Amino acid sequence: MHDYVGGKADWAVHGLPLEGRTAGRRRAIDVVRKDIPTCGPHERLGDVRERVRAAGHDVCIVVNERGVVLGRLRRECWEREAEARAEDCMELGPPTERPDPFLHEVIDRLRKVGSLLITQYGSQEGAGRLLGVLFREDAERTLAENERLPGEDAPSS
Amino acid sequence: MPIRITREDVQRLTADGAVLIDTLPEGEYAEEHIAGAVNIPQKKLTAQATAHLAKDVPLIVYCYDTD
Repeated sequence: MHDYVGGKADWAVHGLPLEGRTAGRRRAIDVVRKDIPTCGPHERLGDVRERVRAAGHDVCIVVNERGVVLGRLRRECWEREAEARAEDCMELGPPTERPDPFLHEVIDRLRKVGSLLITQYGSQEGAGRLLGVLFREDAERTLAENERLPGEDAPSS
Repeated sequence: MPIRITREDVQRLTADGAVLIDTLPEGEYAEEHIAGAVNIPQKKLTAQATAHLAKDVPLIVYCYDTD
């Protein structure tokens, strides 16, 4: 007997085939943006600013050398102090979430906080590592286009 | 004692004919399960319940996650 310890959650977040009544329902990982700039805690904010502007975003995630989330920088940081270090200005404890919940399970939280950092979970190697950022507008658009929330009636024809 | 395996192991073993057993409750299995898996809920997972499965191929069990 073999035990697939990652289970259905691990299988699903890697986009592998599922079957069943709700198979195909979108999860947090399916809608994350993976191009959000990152920086190290000791980087100069002036350098971070250039990178973030080049990427066309106004947020930067601070990660350690293993990609584990340490904090979040917003525009006010790098526009204020070019010589300061990321760790001096970062917002500690930004809201995070696992990659496997369905969008309808996280939408209420997203509406409160605006975005969630999706991170590797559990005891797997790389736990806490940034996988992407899930934005409220992306989740709402995907739900509106593809899915009804549980309990919502089907549109009448 | 079951041997702990990874996603890559599952892909390799099932490609060679291993049987994948979803041990979640029937309702959760009906909603969504790994393609090709059969359902034997954990509470019913006994030697008798797996007796009808092939004996000459590996059996792989999984639930939602155990990490």
